[in-house]
Parts: sequence; structure tokens; C-alpha cells
Amino acid sequence: MSVERGFIQRVRPLPTFQSGARQALGNSQLRRNLYKATHTIRAKREQVVGEMPDWQELREAGRAIKERVMRHLDTYLLQLEATVQQAGGHVHWARDAGEANAIVTQIVAEHGAREVIKVKSLTTDEIKLNAALAARGIEVFETDLAELIIQLAHETSSHILVPAIHKNRAEIRELFLNSMPASEIAAGEHQLLSTQVNELSDEPRALTAVARVHLRRKFLSAQVAISGANFAVAETGTLCVVESEGNGRMCLTLPPVLISVVGIEKVIPTWQDLEVFLQLLPRSSTGERMNPYTTLWTGVSQGDGPQEFHLVLLDNGRTQVLADSVGRQALDCIRCSACLNICPVYERVGGHAYHSVYPGPIGAILTPQLLGIGKASSLPYASSLCGACYDVCPVKINIPEVLIYLRGSAVRYKQDHQNLRARVDPENVAMRLMARAFASRERYEQAQRLAQLGQLPFIHHGVINALPGPLAGWTTLRDLQPIPRQTFREWWRSREAQSQTSEETHS
Amino acid sequence: MRVSLFITCFNDTLFPETGRAVVHLLERLGHTVDFPEEQTCCGQMHYNTGYQREALPLIRRFVQVFGSSEVVVAPSASCAGMVREIYPRAAEWFDDHQLAAEVAALTPRVYELTEFLVHRLGLEDVGAYYPHRVTYHPTCHSLRFLRVGDAPLRLLRAVRGIDFVELPDAEECCGFGGTFAVKNADTSLAMLGDKISSIKDTGAEVCVAGDNSCLMHIGGALHRERAGIRTAHIAEILASTEERSHV
Repeated sequence: MSVERGFIQRVRPLPTFQSGARQALGNSQLRRNLYKATHTIRAKREQVVGEMPDWQELREAGRAIKERVMRHLDTYLLQLEATVQQAGGHVHWARDAGEANAIVTQIVAEHGAREVIKVKSLTTDEIKLNAALAARGIEVFETDLAELIIQLAHETSSHILVPAIHKNRAEIRELFLNSMPASEIAAGEHQLLSTQVNELSDEPRALTAVARVHLRRKFLSAQVAISGANFAVAETGTLCVVESEGNGRMCLTLPPVLISVVGIEKVIPTWQDLEVFLQLLPRSSTGERMNPYTTLWTGVSQGDGPQEFHLVLLDNGRTQVLADSVGRQALDCIRCSACLNICPVYERVGGHAYHSVYPGPIGAILTPQLLGIGKASSLPYASSLCGACYDVCPVKINIPEVLIYLRGSAVRYKQDHQNLRARVDPENVAMRLMARAFASRERYEQAQRLAQLGQLPFIHHGVINALPGPLAGWTTLRDLQPIPRQTFREWWRSREAQSQTSEETHS
Repeated sequence: MRVSLFITCFNDTLFPETGRAVVHLLERLGHTVDFPEEQTCCGQMHYNTGYQREALPLIRRFVQVFGSSEVVVAPSASCAGMVREIYPRAAEWFDDHQLAAEVAALTPRVYELTEFLVHRLGLEDVGAYYPHRVTYHPTCHSLRFLRVGDAPLRLLRAVRGIDFVELPDAEECCGFGGTFAVKNADTSLAMLGDKISSIKDTGAEVCVAGDNSCLMHIGGALHRERAGIRTAHIAEILASTEERSHV
């Protein structure tokens, strides 16, 4: 039970979840956008999952495949390396973000490219590849519509699948008007002649048309494309990207050079395994029976698609997660985002509150493991443990169990590594005192009596409406009924005594 | 049947009326209730907050206190769920094989009240009478950990005189979540706000659930808002008769 040492020691601790949540909760526009988006996707998912008579069997199959992959990860990765090389691809191994960024930057620089286009990729966001490329004077163009939106807004993603879920179309219209060349806006409007638009409307069709003009120019001129991958099939060295827009397909097929940065946990053994995930993923993520574009490629083929292919296999803390028998199930994630959409906490606070590329319930168990618990100790507490995430997870990751487990790591980290802080931490002190009280009946009953007395200064007009210190959060909008004078066990004892007396009287 | 009542420390101290209702209900149904007085706390608060080392002695204690019981019944899905779902994992995490064996022997005999009545005893009509407009909030641990299903609804619908009304978005978490309600008070309150709106939409006089912990949270907001809606544990409705109301 140890997730105490972070792999990336340089990283500073993340700001707390509470601070991010407080900021988000105060934004009523954000709350409305999130509510609408999450509830729409939830309903779609529920419908298409409900159509599948063998959904539970599929989930179990997905879980079992991932478990096997994790148990033999070394074997499958070496197999993948060999098959990719046989198919004419180059394979690079990156221990951490720094190594991965250096590898990618060097490949781009070798081709003298000043611009690269990107397929939506969480893994490259995780290693902050865009910033690394920018530092070398290489400009990155995100081509996923939502990624483009947040890139233009200089923001970060707030959702795994729908990075701009926090924005509505009126906000996106404003952004396009403020950040795109007038010529591209005009050309986009021109494409919509049938509707005779004279100025950019906030209709999704109009916004998409503008983005289309903007992106087409890049697709046709870029020399290098960068992607991630949803799956990497070890038996043939085939990579797979699943998407909705077709912009990914453009990136993966048009530029002569393709670099794919892929986490080592994305490998699956065979095409037969892919069959399971291609059923689980679209239904769980976008609520579609099948996603519009599934691009599969194996190395390079002469005269068709990219002529140079690089696969960068990224660890960045993953082998450390793998070493933990309880926490490792977080690596099974196929990034569908069903857990985000169903989560009552995510629904209220959005993705930015988690301060990580991986938000929501899966982020709350993945981020602290990738960074080390000391860097993100508030995240495992960002859940009411309602269990909805576990029910919808297509590969049956027991997220509540891992959350509880990581809370254990956070507490032990505090107790074992921050001795002084732990000694003055009111929660730690209270928990230890209560554990001692609960360990004996006498002490427990004494504590009950103490609580009855201790509450007296806080009772006003028969109710407790203001508590001090760490408990103040309870009473901001909630009253508390005072502890009754008679505990249940006291009632029980008096009743037993009475019935004994009456029995004695009768006999 | 001889039923050992696992009252839970929370109900023992804060909601003794729920315990009294359970005793009256089970005795009315012809069962013998026994209350092992050595019981204290199942360790859930410690365990779920991350104080698992501190919870372990409490888990061992619980298994010892209830080890010889015929059946153990708790008026709390959360605490019954702790024993049934978490104890086996705890024994595994702490690599304690003896505890694992004792837990495995005990857990099939541990029930939350409504599943005990419906799934174990095969009852729906427990002879209750409660002529009020009532709505029911299914707590997360009853729904998604214990999977009590519609057992509470079947019991409530069979209550004579009741005007039962479905709660909109019933399966949404109320935002309590144990120490979550204090550690993440802002988010907890945002979740609670939506639950309170749903409850008000039903026009119910009483909001019922199987966990007093969630009800303390919900009831706390209803009281602060002067909403005129009470909260009550389902045991108190089921124990109520024409002669005596427990709510």
C-alpha cells in the first residue's frame, strides 16, 4: 500500500481541488453549460448501452483483456516494437515527459518544419508537448475543433472527450471573431451561401464552416503531423485513432511525416481484442453505436499516407502505477469519459478544478498516482463515493475503491512524511482520538456523553446553526439537530431493565 | 428469527428514534431483537477518509462482536455496505488471512433493514399505516453498493394510507458523502441544492431514506430553508401504525 513517492519529483504540488471547485461553482454560466452537456451525453449513452443485450459481458471482456495486458505489459510492448519496425516504422522509448518532448522536437527539427498539425491527444497534453515545441520555435496547430477552440482561448481542456465542454456556442462565436483572420471568417460564411449569412452567427454549422476554412489550409501545407492513439495492436503493429470529425483522419493521412506519442498502457494483444473495445468505446464516450472515423495504420505504405512514421512509447509514471496492485486498474482506462459525464461532482465543478489533463473520477485516481500522492493529495477526496462512475466504466475500473485506497496513501503520507503537520492537523488528531474511543465500549459511551455536553454552547433555539473551525462548512447552508439526551443504548438498557422487573413481578 | 441489531454509532448517538422504530417493527413481525452492547463503530468514517490503519481494530472488533449472530440487521445501507463490501477488501489489503476468513463467514448474514425485510423475509406489507405524502431518496450506498433495488419502494407502496410520490432524478447523489460534506463543503452544497429542489417539486411532507447520514444533510438544508418538509428514516414509517406514529 504505497503510492508515496512521485515519479516526477520536480513537479510542484497541484493547487487543491477545493480552490478550483470554489472558483468554478461561482460561475453560473459554466454551471449551466456543464449541466446541459453532461446530461445530454448521459442520456445518449444510456440509450445506446441499453440496446446491447451483452453489455455486461462486453465490459467483463474489456476488463479481462486489460488485466492480461497489464500482467504481461513487457511482452506485448516488445512485440509491438518489433511489429512496428517490421512495418517500416521507427520506435522510440521515453521514460518521462522531458525525453518524449526531446524526441519529438528533434524529429520535427530534422525535417526543418516550422509548423506541425495535431490530432486531439491527451498524452501530448500530459507531457505539455505544445509548449516544448513552441520553445524551439515550432508552431503547433490543434485540428480537433474543441482543441482548436481552447487553443485560441489560451485555455486548457476541461474534459477528456469534449475539451471545450465548458464553453457554449455564443462564447465560441466571440472567440472566433476575436482570434481568427477576417478572411477566414468571410470564407467560412461564403461556404454557407444557402443560408445567406451576412455576419457570423452562433449556429454550429456556421462556426464549423469557419473552423473548416482555417484548418484546411493547415492540412494541405503541414509537413509533420503529431497524434496519440487509442489502441496499439501488438500482433501487427497497427495503431488506431477513433474520432468524430475527420480532422484526425486528415492529419493521419496528409502530411508526409507522422509522429504518434502513445502511453505504454495503450497496447492490446490482438485485433480480436480491438473488436471488444470498438464496441465499448463509442457507446460509452459519445453515446454513438459507432464513431464516424476509425483510422488504422500499420507502419508506412509506399505512395499512400505518411512515408515516415515514428512511434514514441511513453512511460511518464505509468510503470510506477503498474507496480501497485490496487491502483494499477487506473491504467485500464480507455479514455471514454463516461465517468466524467455521470459524476455529480464533475457536473458541478467541471474539469479545470482538477488541475490536470485527466479530470473527473478517472483523473482523481490517475493524477495522484502519476505525480505521486504528495503532489495531488486533495484529488482522491474530490468524490462523494456515490459509485456512479464504477457502474458506467466500460472496463469496470472500481474507481471508488481506488479513491479510498489513495486517501489511505494521502493520510499515511501526511502521518509518515509530514510529522509536524500531522500533529497539528485537526482532522488527524480528531480521527485518532475517535478511533481510540471506538475501540472500547466504555470510552465510546463516555464520548457520547461528552458530545452531548460539548454541543451545548452551539445550540441556539433548539438547533445548531454555526460550527467552528473545519466543521464550519457544514453549517453554511445546513442546520444540525442537537444530539438527543438519550442514546439508543440507554433506551435499550432502560427497556431491558423494565421488562426484567415486570418478569420478576409476574413470577 | 433472532436478529442482532447493528444500530451504527451514528444512529445510536444522533438518531435513537430510528433504532427504537426498528426494534418495534421487528418485534411486531414476530422476531426477537438482540442488541450486542459491545458494538461501537464499523470503522467506515475512518476507512473512507483514508485512516485505514486506525479503522482496522474497529473492523476486527465488529467481527468479534457479531461473529456468533444468526443475522445482523442495520438501519443503514452505508454501514451494512461497509461490512459487506469493504471488510473483505480491507482484510485483503492488510493481508490478514484470519480476518478474511472470519469476514467471509459473517458477511452473508449481514443485511440492511429493507433488504432483510423484502429479500430475506419475503415481506412487502409489514402492517404499517402512515397517512402522509411521502417521497423516497435512494441513497447511493443502497443503490450502487448493496443493490437493494426496489425493496424500499415495495415496502413503502404497501403502507396503508400513504400518498407515495416518486422523486425526480432520484438516483442522483445528494452530496453528503461522509467527510466529503465537510472537506468539500462547497461542492457538497451545490449537489444538495439540486436534491432539495427535486424534493420540493414532489410536494411531499416527508422525505424518506434508508440512511440517516444523508437525511441529516438533506434535513439540515430543509430546516435552514424553512421548507416545511421533514425527513424520516424508512424504519420510522414502517414501524408506524394506526395506534402509534414513529415519525
